[in-house]
Amino acid sequence: MNVKAQVAMVMHLDKCVGCHTCSVTCKNTWTNRPGTEYIWFNDVETKPGVGYPKKWEDQERYRGGWTLRHGRLTLKAGPPASKLAHIFYNPDLPALDDYYEPWTYDYDSLLHSPLSEHQPVARPISSITGEYWDAPQWGPNWDDDLAGGPTIAAQDPDLTHLQEHIKMEFESTFMMYLPRICEHCLNPSCVASCPSGALYKRDEDGIVLVDQDGCRGWRFCVSGCPYKKTYFNWNTFKAEKCTFCYPRIEAGLPTVCSETCVGRLRFIGVLLYDADRVKEAASVNDEKALYPSQLSVFLDPYDAEVIEAARAAGISDAWIDAAQRSPLYNLIIRWQVALPLHPEYRTLPMVWYIPPLSPMVSLIPHGDTVGPEEIFPTIDQMRIPVEYLANLLTAGDTSVIRKVLGKLWAMRVHMRSLKTDESVPERLYQEIGMTKEELERMARLLAVAKYQERYVIPTANRNADPDLVYEQGACSLESIAPIKGFIPSISFNDSK
Amino acid sequence: MERRSPMKRAGAYLKKGRFLNQGWTEESPRSREWEDLYRGRWEFDKVVRSTHGVNCTGSCSWKVYVKNGIITWETQQTDYPSMGPDFPEYEPRGCPRGASFSWYEYSPLRIKYPYVRQTLLEKWRALLNVHKDPVVAYHALMHDPEARREYQRQRGKGGFVRASWDEVETFIAAGLIDTIKTYGPDRIFGFTPIPAMSMVSYAAGSRFLSLLGGVMLSFYDHYADLPPASPEVWGEQTDVPESADWYNSGYLIIWGTNLPMTRTPDAHYMVEARLNGTKVVGISPDYAEYVKFADLWMAPRPGTDAALAMAMTHVILKEFYVDRQTPYFLEYVKQYTDLPFLVRIDRRPLGEYVTGRFLEAADLEPDVKNAAWKPAMWDKRRNGPAIPIGSMGFRWDGSGKWNLNLEDDGGTPLEPELSLVGQADEVVSVNFPYFASERPTVLSRRVPVKRMRLADGEDVRVATVFDLLMANVGVSRNLEGEPPVSYDDVDAPYTPAWQEAITGVGRDAVIAVAREFAANAEKTRGRSMIAMGAGTNHWYHSDMIYRAMLTLVFLTGSEGVNGGGWAHYVGQEKVRPLEGWSGLAFARDWIKPARLQQGTMFFYFASDQFRFEELDSAKLLAPFADPAEAQHPADALALAARLGWMPSYPQFNENPLQVVQTARDGGAESHEAIQSQVIERLKDGSLKLAVHEPDAPENFPRIMFIWRANLLGASAKGSEYFIKYLLGADGHVLGDESPYRPKDIEVPDEAPEGKLDLWIDVDFRMTSSGLYADIVLPAATWYEKYDLSTTDMHPFIHPFNPAITPPWKARPDWDTFSALAHKFSLLATTHLPGVHEDLVMAPLLHDSPEELAQPFGEVKDWTRGEVEPVPGKTMPKLVIIPRDYPHLYDQMISIGPQIEVGFGTKGITISGEPAYAELKHNLGVSTHEGPSKGRPSISRDNQVANAILILSGASNGRRAVEEWESLEKVTGLHLKEIALPRKDEMFLLDELTAQPRLSIAGPAWSGLESEGRRYSPFTVNVDYHVPWRTLTGRQHFYLDHAMMRSFGEALPLYRPPIDLPVYSLPESQDKTIVVRYLTPHQKWGIHTTYWDNPRMTTLFRGGQTVWLSPGDAAQIDVDDNDWIEVFNQNGVTMARAVVSHRIPEGAVFMYHAQDRTVGVPLAPATGDRGGNHNSATRTMVKPTHVIGGYAQFSYDFNYWGPTGHQRDTRVRIRKAREVKWQ
Repeated sequence: MNVKAQVAMVMHLDKCVGCHTCSVTCKNTWTNRPGTEYIWFNDVETKPGVGYPKKWEDQERYRGGWTLRHGRLTLKAGPPASKLAHIFYNPDLPALDDYYEPWTYDYDSLLHSPLSEHQPVARPISSITGEYWDAPQWGPNWDDDLAGGPTIAAQDPDLTHLQEHIKMEFESTFMMYLPRICEHCLNPSCVASCPSGALYKRDEDGIVLVDQDGCRGWRFCVSGCPYKKTYFNWNTFKAEKCTFCYPRIEAGLPTVCSETCVGRLRFIGVLLYDADRVKEAASVNDEKALYPSQLSVFLDPYDAEVIEAARAAGISDAWIDAAQRSPLYNLIIRWQVALPLHPEYRTLPMVWYIPPLSPMVSLIPHGDTVGPEEIFPTIDQMRIPVEYLANLLTAGDTSVIRKVLGKLWAMRVHMRSLKTDESVPERLYQEIGMTKEELERMARLLAVAKYQERYVIPTANRNADPDLVYEQGACSLESIAPIKGFIPSISFNDSK
Repeated sequence: MERRSPMKRAGAYLKKGRFLNQGWTEESPRSREWEDLYRGRWEFDKVVRSTHGVNCTGSCSWKVYVKNGIITWETQQTDYPSMGPDFPEYEPRGCPRGASFSWYEYSPLRIKYPYVRQTLLEKWRALLNVHKDPVVAYHALMHDPEARREYQRQRGKGGFVRASWDEVETFIAAGLIDTIKTYGPDRIFGFTPIPAMSMVSYAAGSRFLSLLGGVMLSFYDHYADLPPASPEVWGEQTDVPESADWYNSGYLIIWGTNLPMTRTPDAHYMVEARLNGTKVVGISPDYAEYVKFADLWMAPRPGTDAALAMAMTHVILKEFYVDRQTPYFLEYVKQYTDLPFLVRIDRRPLGEYVTGRFLEAADLEPDVKNAAWKPAMWDKRRNGPAIPIGSMGFRWDGSGKWNLNLEDDGGTPLEPELSLVGQADEVVSVNFPYFASERPTVLSRRVPVKRMRLADGEDVRVATVFDLLMANVGVSRNLEGEPPVSYDDVDAPYTPAWQEAITGVGRDAVIAVAREFAANAEKTRGRSMIAMGAGTNHWYHSDMIYRAMLTLVFLTGSEGVNGGGWAHYVGQEKVRPLEGWSGLAFARDWIKPARLQQGTMFFYFASDQFRFEELDSAKLLAPFADPAEAQHPADALALAARLGWMPSYPQFNENPLQVVQTARDGGAESHEAIQSQVIERLKDGSLKLAVHEPDAPENFPRIMFIWRANLLGASAKGSEYFIKYLLGADGHVLGDESPYRPKDIEVPDEAPEGKLDLWIDVDFRMTSSGLYADIVLPAATWYEKYDLSTTDMHPFIHPFNPAITPPWKARPDWDTFSALAHKFSLLATTHLPGVHEDLVMAPLLHDSPEELAQPFGEVKDWTRGEVEPVPGKTMPKLVIIPRDYPHLYDQMISIGPQIEVGFGTKGITISGEPAYAELKHNLGVSTHEGPSKGRPSISRDNQVANAILILSGASNGRRAVEEWESLEKVTGLHLKEIALPRKDEMFLLDELTAQPRLSIAGPAWSGLESEGRRYSPFTVNVDYHVPWRTLTGRQHFYLDHAMMRSFGEALPLYRPPIDLPVYSLPESQDKTIVVRYLTPHQKWGIHTTYWDNPRMTTLFRGGQTVWLSPGDAAQIDVDDNDWIEVFNQNGVTMARAVVSHRIPEGAVFMYHAQDRTVGVPLAPATGDRGGNHNSATRTMVKPTHVIGGYAQFSYDFNYWGPTGHQRDTRVRIRKAREVKWQ
């Protein structure tokens, strides 16, 4: 057992209002600078839809993530040798138009136009070429709220095998939102793709970063990430990606996207996993088995053996305690209502999703109340087809989706019964495999969702740093001191 | 930390680490020093609490980050006080729009200096050079018709140049003085909306204009966000649950309010309620964002919602009142609604029966005080009529018995009979109007009645409102001669089957939802809620749609209950510290009353939209009404002005200062004498109401200030009319004037263009209101000043604080208007010396004894000799007030003596003495020589904010207790216990900046709230028996004013949306479609704010768009993102198509308030710049909305009056094949 701790995220899609506040606060904080105009570490996609960049889920096109070749885990884009061959031309890279060509407006004309025949107007201008446009042709959220629509739905990779029985008609409209950040995977293909070795997964919290000193701008992380969550900054010529806001996480604060999420749908917590079992878990043959195999990598933070091993691995008691109080442990492992995004990419992603309950297509047979017999037929009547959710979250396994939706639906039925004194047959609880108490605890976490319960984040463990006294006193001025050993001098540190 | 050389660091990349995970993973020994890069990015110097003063109901608390003196970004505060251990919290409130605000700080859209259009500035400078005196120069400029037209025509065409503050202050002050002298102060107007979003900034301009005698225009009604049904049935403007109360609901219908999109910070409570077991039903014509959260979606055709609601009412009445009696419901409607009250059944000349007015004490015991205002019930105990206390008559009779206890004046308990079935003297056929057929017709329905002889000997028949409602809705009760009705009866109006043909919604869904809604209310004692909003409210017949929907919450005992009742969310506002704010904002501390004008009425005339009126009122009348009662809406407005129903400014065709002077010159000594002379002059025609000649130059509005607003880009319905007629620039009205003309209004053949002399825009960003202005002034942003923000969505009062001091030449609005006041007073010492007398013509006000002015809902016109002209009774009040113009600045910056005398709101008055002492103590006193000396100082915006907080019950427990005590005297109830536990709390800016605070419950609002109780409207009424401010004191189903009956709207019913013919371009061969044009609030802006910034433009399609269904798009060969031209008789706009199957066929959505400033090309139809969403709309006034002087039908600002609804609009669309910019 090789215990590692990861700070991970669960997003409850039922709660997403599709507002994009997360995207804006993230962008203002991190990518509001030249070279990053088109970069959204966090974005929100309307599904059905093509996403950002276009059709990112189509790995036949982008060849991101991993695949099994002769039973062995390899990058889908091919082994290192083939990468070397393509080092100056990578056909798997998304082009600017796959993202979008960023634009602005000739705002200045509104205040400073001379007297003209027509009212002045701020015309759109390409941020790349500086040329006037008649209109933008694509953007990072171009298909917002379209619910697919006639042209876009056909390009949604999650719909490709469902086209026959899903019609893009008014009566059968369905829609959901998918907020996305970097998955900070257990088996990150971006890290494996980098010819410079500039990407790494932090040992202490699992956050995956691009070392800005080490990056040489090859961009193989961009194509290698199946989620398309590493980007190329054309000003610095370095790759950049979501940092899981590590400066905040280290301080025990949630990420900006989480704290500013007005749907209150994001949960952050610590998970313990066995780093020695990652390769094995990502290598199972059946894609549908990837979800259970990733589950099996996670460790029980209450298990005495795990605790001992964790301590031995240098994980502090505070972090073990956080793992025990982790909302993610409940959602992912104990209640099993959160699922990984596209487990078939074999990266073992660490941002998981609770699927949404959508409106009924027709009336529920008995109106207000649902008996145990109706719970699964009811789920099959929901507007978002379970097959669609399965393509997103379980590599196509609809039985898992139905089970999860069954638990969420039963939670609502049970909570409703408390308001109206309706009795719920005991068989319902047996059917979904959760007790009343568990459902009430789950409802509390999902609905009441207090800040301290949504985010259980231990501060960075600095105990191993021998220079804490120095650190406490140091400030930016210290950096102007000459490099140690360059000029002989009396060092502050020499006193110890 | 040890620093290493760059070479060493680079070399580290070659070093191998330890392998684990079957050799799959390598542990790297490399330095991670570079990580400081992102840590440095996250560093900042300070965080300041502020919020966004945009016209939205969010009122969210934000952290504004400042680094190196620059505002870098903002994220939300998360430190709201807790809602309790088992309740979701308010954190983090916010939305993507607000999160993008910081861009404006340093953007090229920022207005950094005062600007004036070059032509105008040069003319002004030249004349000033000649005349030396600015007032004389201004007069000369405005009386040179050619020069005036020249700069007017240039409006909106660019050509701005910088000017200094001093120069523009002089120019504007001169303009104000010349206008006051030449035409009168009531030719000066101010437009700024929604004080709640930044009260101090609103008050800055409104206080200045109120001291001048200028006019503040209303907005809430003009926006059509005011639900007229609310004053009609409750006597309340709007009062709604805070969003946390949704979580208390057991059954939530969301009906035409897009909570995720327009109540973004609040939507989580709906979602979380759902997770907590609340059932959610979405009713929307499109697959709106909120439908995603519903358990069931019903998609009625746009504008047919009342038909759906009537069918649901049918089901609830049948199943919960007839088939089975539901004790909770019966108990509720008897005490809290007008259902047990008695209505006279009138006999028409041809012998048919129709419903008449309420049976009043005047009919039974005429000697009772206020007998015309005390309606009767049928009392079971005495088996006869009885007069319950609590009606409007008791509010003003001094008895102290204005409460909802079921008893009579003598304290004898009453047992009201809801229905006369089984004890009727006879069952008669009554004609109810019916509008869902091709032409209005009547439904003859059986009604049980009592016969009785009145005090004057007249014999009448009476019925209960309940029996009338039953009959109207067509629920059979096996009365003699009554046919049985089944739900499946397609031809029986208001059945579930009947509505199918109208709404397109299946009957089973209607039956199921109605049944579940009521069953939930029965089980939870009223925790059934309907969230409603623009989708159901922005219609011409909004009040009828809402009344049909409100019927559902009344009948299920859900109103005034936590988790239940109506939840109206569009544009609603709530100035929590209302008493303090309104006192200062309208300068009531110095002068009363201020001129406050109904916005819709003003714009209808000022932009000459009345000349294009196409909707003949005669077509709206009940079939049994006298056709003579149909009036052109402009005539109805003139009537409303004459009778004191609605305010009307400019008042007279003469300067109101001159009117008084003339009377004084004629020997009038007392105010009464002046009033008599004015009445005589009005009678003999030597003085006229300006409303009768809106197109005469002496009656033009002359100067207009716009601040905190983008009138032209967002709210100006009929924006092309505004540009063409009010501004005199290139507005493109495509249709011709209407042959339908008013009778009482003079309409010259030629419509005047360019009424306004000066249009002044104060803003921090350039909008179309700025583009078309003559003068643009740079405002401080919301991160650069002190102010206050509140909302009805949550219980907190939020401060604005400056994160940086205003950059460039920007100023907080308080400073801008104070500086204008200063310059004005300086010039006034020469040009308007001494004290002038102004005559203010003011309407009959709600919440004052004037609401008892015109009894029995009869319309009596003194100009036609139907009644004597009596100011404040049969006509407007005529109030003579002094204007001390040379000391206006002193008044502006200090709190005047009237507050000390007493102040309040909504009919509640408290002594101001303790409050005045607190003001002096906290604010300091003015040391400026003159009238302000020794008075509380409000020369700075933070002092104004604190003054508002000191004077208001929501923020000062002492005020709240004083107010409850005041209400105790009128009601005879024990009320002060509501606020007593918080008596010693007072929140000033500093406290609110430290942490948000829960506001204190006071009688300015109708809901109880405390730490453990969420705000829900009318819980004070239900829990404490305080009456509603209506005729009966109860919630009204029945509205008995003669005009309501003539228009067939005494009871809730369905009226179809209005379809007017749609203009087509002459000689055009292009394929077009004619579709309903819906303008709901958008996702990427709050009105036009944010919509123009790079974040929001990038997150959707960056420019004006219109959503169409694939079928409609295909008809005109339009693909997604193609340019289209959208037009009708009112104008033309350019947009790109968004094609989605979530939009129903036959309707398009042009989300409201995109603006013509960003990415809008020329329109082929006009060859000029395309317009915005309001280019295709026009204001249509509903005559019933002008009623006044009658109980809850009495005027108050933004409270009651015609709405400017815009959904009854259709447009024609064609593909725009060519895009040109210049």
